[in-house]
This record gives sequence, C-alpha cells and structure tokens, in this order.
Amino acid sequence: MNGAGLRRFGLGLIPWIGAILLWYAVRWSGFVNVSLIPAPHQVAAKFFELLTKEGLLIDIFASTRRVFLGVALGILVAVPVGFLLGWYRPARTFADPMINFFRALPPIALIPLVIVYFGVDELAKLVILFYASFFSGVIVMYEGVSQITPLYIRVAQTLGANQAEIFRKVIIPLTVPHILTALRVALGVAWATLVASELIAAQRGLGAMIQNASTYFLLDVIYVGIICIGLIALIMDLILRKITARLLVWQDRAIA
Amino acid sequence: MKKRAQFDKVSLSFETPKGRLNVVEDVSYDINDGDFIAVIGPSGCGKTTMMSMLAGFQKPTTGKVLFDGRPVAGPGPERGVIFQEYGVFPWLTVKQNIAFGLTLNANHVPTAERDAICDHYLGLMGLSDFANSYPKHLSGGMRQRLAIARAYAVKPQFLLMDEPFGALDAQSRSNMQNLLLKVLETEGKTVMLITHSVEEAIYLASRIVVVTARPARIKEIIDVPFAYPRDESIQERPEFAELRSHIRQLVMDEYRAQQAQMRPVSFSE
Repeated sequence: MNGAGLRRFGLGLIPWIGAILLWYAVRWSGFVNVSLIPAPHQVAAKFFELLTKEGLLIDIFASTRRVFLGVALGILVAVPVGFLLGWYRPARTFADPMINFFRALPPIALIPLVIVYFGVDELAKLVILFYASFFSGVIVMYEGVSQITPLYIRVAQTLGANQAEIFRKVIIPLTVPHILTALRVALGVAWATLVASELIAAQRGLGAMIQNASTYFLLDVIYVGIICIGLIALIMDLILRKITARLLVWQDRAIA
Repeated sequence: MKKRAQFDKVSLSFETPKGRLNVVEDVSYDINDGDFIAVIGPSGCGKTTMMSMLAGFQKPTTGKVLFDGRPVAGPGPERGVIFQEYGVFPWLTVKQNIAFGLTLNANHVPTAERDAICDHYLGLMGLSDFANSYPKHLSGGMRQRLAIARAYAVKPQFLLMDEPFGALDAQSRSNMQNLLLKVLETEGKTVMLITHSVEEAIYLASRIVVVTARPARIKEIIDVPFAYPRDESIQERPEFAELRSHIRQLVMDEYRAQQAQMRPVSFSE
C-alpha cells in the first residue's frame, strides 16, 4: 500500500475507532444500565464463540444467499422493465402510478400475505427480497434511462447505424451505469429487508439469529448479528464499487 | 457541375398550442458537388432546421429535400453531421470513436483496413498521442476534432456542420477553421455549414446563403470571390471587409426584424 492509500485507510478507520470509544463511554457513563449494553470486547468474544461453536458462518451464508438471489432476480426483471418504462413514454404514463403504489408499500407489511400465499419456506423470503429489490431497482433504471440524451443516437444514425447496432453499441453502454446504480440501491434495500424476511419462521440466517436471541434477551448475540449484517453489506458495496470503477473508467466524475 | 443536394420549395411548420408556427418558408437552392455553403442568419431563425432536414432528422411539411436526386428519407452515412455539442461517445476511447462508423454494417469496411483509416485521421487531426484516452481527458477543441475525424472516417460525400465551432474560444476556433480548410484541400468534400459568424462564413465558404428571421426564407445568396486554398491573409483584403459589412448589414436587419416580431407577441401574453 502506498502512502496515500495508507492515509485514506487510516482516515476511514478513525470513525470506527470513535464509534467503539463512544460505545464504551456510554456503557461506563452510568446513564444506562450496564446489563443492557454488552461491551465491545464481550461482543467480539461472542462473535468468536458463535463462529466456532454455533455455526455463525451458516447463518451468514444463508442470509447472503437470500440477499444475493433476491437482488439478482429482482434486478434481472427490473432492468428490462425499467428500460421499457424509461424508453417509451406511453409505457411510463401507463405503469408509473402502479409502480409508485407498490413501491410505497413497505415489504414488511406484505409478510402476512406472503405467508398465506407462499408459506414459510425459502420461497417466501425470496419473494420479499425480490419485491424489495425489484421496486427499488426499477425506479433507478427508468429515471436513468429516461435521461439518456438523443444526441448519441443521432450521431450513430448519421454514421450509418441501424436499429440493432444503435441498441447494441449506444444504448447498452449508456445503460450500464444505471444498472450498476440500481444494483447498489437494491442491495442496500435488500439487506434492510433481510431481517423482516427472516421473521417468517426462518431456521437459519442473521435475521433469524437476531430474532431468536431477542426471545432469550441475548443482547450480545443481537449485537453480533447487527454488526455482521452491516459488515457484509459494506463488503458487498465495496466490491460493487470496485466493479463499477472498472466498468466505468470513461465516466467523467467530479470526485474520482 | 453535379447537383448534390437540392432544396425545392421547402417549407416546414408545426402546430403549437398558440397556432401554426412556420419555421422554414419556401426555400429553394442547390448545393453542387464541391461547394462549401455557409448558411447564416439571426439565431433561432430556423437555419439549423434546414440542415436537420438534409441530415434526415426532420421532414419538410411541403416541398422536397433531395440528395443525389432522391428525397431524403432519414439519416445516412453518406451525409456526415458535425454537431455543435460534439457528440463524441464518452464510453469509447478516441480511437474507438473514430472506428465506430467503420464497424457498422452499412459501411462495409474490412477489419484489416480499419486500423489504417483510424491512424490516418488520428494523425490528420493531431490526436495520435491521445488514441487510447477517453474523451473526458480532451479539451473542447480536441473533442470537436475527434467528432470531425469520426465523421470523415466513413467517407461521407457530404458534410453538414451545425455551428461546429460555436462553443470554442477564439484561438481554438480559428485553429479549427484553418484545420478544416487544410483537410478539405486534401480530402475534398461538399459542405453545408450553419453559422452565426459572418467572418467564419466568408473565410470558409464558397457561397453564403443569408436567411431571414423566422420563418427562414432566403434573403440573398452571395458568391465569395476568394479562391482556395485560402489563408488568414484574405481577412485583411478590402473585398473581405466590404463583403463582411454587406452581410453584417443583412443579418442585422433580420435581427431587428426578429426583435420587432417578438415584442408585440410578448406584450399580448
């Protein structure tokens, strides 16, 4: 790592250290009952205990897989639908109110219905996560696509491009940034919805772990679960940002 | 001389909530092979619309726009267009931008020849050092050179330019004008240039079409008496100054007419 990289890393570390110090400070301040706040080192110890004895990795894997599948399927459908809505004004007029209606519904509100129609298995969780990713992704897609300027299409036409070539060589490259943004937004929303989806009688998963822990008032376990969700979301976002930077080197950004 | 493009009693209008808006009215003129036509008129007069019809983006309401004797049906690679906003593809490198047209089915350029064509235009436009850069690293003048290189690469018989140097600073602008003259000398093209600069029109064009305030009608067609190749010294000639003041007068008259037209409308609303 070079000097600048090291400094950026250090700069990124400071708020974390600050948060841990604040955590200890709150615990020792005496304003809150100490039994209600497990100390960071206790949580860390619990983390290793869960990791080695209770199969925390299985929970992480179960949750990550659900999020991954939900987002993948949601975006797979959101891309063509968002594209159509962005590209064809009549389609937007037609579908816009409907989409906003469903988008406004919090996925948690749908859980009772999902249980009725899809049971309590893996499918039910997938449906919730799909729902959350699709509606957050579709908006990003169609807002982005509807802002593509016709100039590049005109240029391609004057160079002799036919419809298929315009689509392949102009519209697709212009759509890629919006797909990546949609993916990032959907990933964020899906992690947020994860716990809710795992409330549906899940055996394993970080949400289920938190849910079970709350029944027995195991605060340290709850903390471990919450931190794991945050960290995995952070790692996924970092990976996606790296991919974005690689795919979109051409973009002119104010801050690189 | 062979007629390349013809405007035959061309009018264009469209319906607005406030009634019919005539943009171009009864325009007829021919552009011959090898001509460099500059169209000049007050801004917003509809001169870009004329070009747009020849490029194939808009259809005349009445009359005919012909290219090589056939009505223009849509855009095509035989009519290259240089846009004021450049329109270089930001997701492609400089070289890939030039190669874009060459990779299209319509132009039938074998893969083996593409590299040579790209290199030729990279050199001609002074972009060789930036072949693998993305447009975000280029200045405005360089982007416009790239747009011209890309249009040239597919060998159009005709070049349409819509205020191509309008967004450039004075230095880049006169550099680009000289570069264009040099390129035309070696590559040879028929050009229709839309501009609002009287000097630019006289310096570059063989014929100048002065159009009226909206609706655009032809006010005068003027032959420019300078032979090619030209250089900046012609701008010092008395004929240049005479022509400039004549055209400026025509354009200013139209500008005033346009202002007068607009005033009562804005008051009545």
